Amino acid sequence: MSAPYRRTVVDAAGWDAAADAMEAGDTTLLSLWAEIGCVHLAVLDAEGIEILSLPCPDGYFPSIGRRHPPAIRLERAVRDLFGLEPEGLPDPRPWLDHGRWGDEAVPAAAYPFLPVEGEALHQIPVGPVHAGIIEPGHFRFTCDGETVVRLEARLGYVHKGIDRLLAGAPLARATKIAARVSGDSTVAYALGFAQAVEQAWGLAPPLRAVWLRAVMAELERLAHHLGDWGAICNDAAFSLMLAHCGVLREQVLRTAATCFGHRLMMDRVVPGGVAADLDAAGMAALQGLIAMLRARVPPLVKLYDDTASLQDRTVGTGRVSPALVAQFGAGGFVGRAAGRAFDARRATSYAPYDGLRFEVPVLQAGDVNARVWVRIREIEQSLSLLEQLLPGLPAGPVRIPPEDLPHGPAEGLALVEAFRGDLFVWVRLEAGQVQRCHFRDASWFQWPLLEAAIEGNIVADFPLCNKSFNCSYAGHDL
Amino acid sequence: MRRTLLQGLLHRPLTEAAPRAEETAAVELAHALNTAAQRKLGRSLSIREIDAGSCNGCELEIHALNNAFYDLERFGLRFVASPRHADVLLVTGPVTQNMREALERTVRATPDPKWVVAVGACARDGGVFARSPACLGGVASVMPVDLVIHGCPPTPIDLLRGLLTLFAPGAAGRAQSS
Repeated sequence: MSAPYRRTVVDAAGWDAAADAMEAGDTTLLSLWAEIGCVHLAVLDAEGIEILSLPCPDGYFPSIGRRHPPAIRLERAVRDLFGLEPEGLPDPRPWLDHGRWGDEAVPAAAYPFLPVEGEALHQIPVGPVHAGIIEPGHFRFTCDGETVVRLEARLGYVHKGIDRLLAGAPLARATKIAARVSGDSTVAYALGFAQAVEQAWGLAPPLRAVWLRAVMAELERLAHHLGDWGAICNDAAFSLMLAHCGVLREQVLRTAATCFGHRLMMDRVVPGGVAADLDAAGMAALQGLIAMLRARVPPLVKLYDDTASLQDRTVGTGRVSPALVAQFGAGGFVGRAAGRAFDARRATSYAPYDGLRFEVPVLQAGDVNARVWVRIREIEQSLSLLEQLLPGLPAGPVRIPPEDLPHGPAEGLALVEAFRGDLFVWVRLEAGQVQRCHFRDASWFQWPLLEAAIEGNIVADFPLCNKSFNCSYAGHDL
Repeated sequence: MRRTLLQGLLHRPLTEAAPRAEETAAVELAHALNTAAQRKLGRSLSIREIDAGSCNGCELEIHALNNAFYDLERFGLRFVASPRHADVLLVTGPVTQNMREALERTVRATPDPKWVVAVGACARDGGVFARSPACLGGVASVMPVDLVIHGCPPTPIDLLRGLLTLFAPGAAGRAQSS
């Protein structure tokens, strides 16, 4: 159902060859992570996903970021969390480690932001606590008048030590933690974790569960795309759209609660199946929701498209080039708005998407407007997927009982499509416990592009750009 | 746009009735609220939200309070952009080591009288992150908490009930005994 598992232990030469291939654009970096004494690299090539492992008994490994910049932040995180030194890393500053994990009496050192030279420039520091109800992160704007000449983000404020918490966690607890890595993608995270565990143990969850997972994943996508659409317009001072999208989003969440007992569907996807079944009342609620959205979304699309003052703010704002998107392997609406036709549902065609009809909308402009339109098109696709899923829903059990799950040592991976892009999960299990688990949120390759998107735009357009990216802080900081 | 606006005028409001104050099992009052402060502030509270390490699930539901169904502002409650304008600090997350100072500084920037409300399982006691050395394990480990709103995440109705408890002393008493 998901990509076949390939992991190879390589030497430094093999590691370098992988960097060559990524630098040349032949392969795409999926993730880079570590455990004690070993560093792993996941790449996507024509044959699928391959994991390369480089043992580093001396605590060093050749930096991939030196050749392929998208790896830089991942390598900084590896060094902060596992103490392995990426040799030749172009940016040696700590990333997730803010100098606050040791003695409380020792004050944390100031973070060395990139130096800025130029008489006319001024800086605006923003965060970690922002004006809105959003997650914490620090943005350092350097401006020439109103124009942003550089944005530098500093993240890591919500680092909760998830890698360490998962090491040695019994499966049930690990499943709960996985569902809380990034709350807005709780279904996607739970799905990715479940698929990785199932691949490791060679389990096939009941067919009905596989279909119900897709119902939940599409509901999650609908809710967030609707929410983002309204919020982006609100950041362009068009609050009418926020009000309407907010109502639709709320109705999606209420339907989710009716169907699966939780508005965000947290803890509903578990290894071996799902923890909630859809009854007749839930089915009727879903059908009502689809009919309502089919009627209510098109007028809003027209409203968005016909409002010149809104288009004035979104068209041409926060442009990311297709070249940069391809280099970073950026997924989701960030990638698809700039020519990268990648969707994990299509790329690894995990069930049930292998048997469903859907399009992957791709635009070229790479601006805020394109990211809005990708969302709008995906709302239509999600509705169409739900319309295919509901009548075809197989009957039968929805879960392999937890006591029937295997216990043996095994490894597995998954690449699933969260609402904001592809989510990579790798897990190693032992004695019914997670020994090591790694999540790579789509945001890892989207955050750096936000810095590129805002360059040359005015400060006042930053909220608009930021919302159109809607990267996860929690999913990135782990 | 005219059609959309006109339809908005013709529709009945979506806003729902407020949750009843006695249904406050979802909240936990740390101590009796200062009634003098309550009287001074009346029924108008400015809220500043602080994410101290949440998974962002709580933020989604706090956001929902502003939608047409819950319409928080009809209760005199509104979210403000600066802690200097706030009466209530709504804190989410298990308080990460990396957010501790920012949280403390934000609270210090808030004028008295103020109330600290811990929202969600993580803010209550660290939730599933309680064992992590990167987290302090709940808001109470850093500062006194006046009210805890349960849930993972709390639903908008849970949040409303909790916030209404702040200025309904009768409901507060019941919350304590439940």
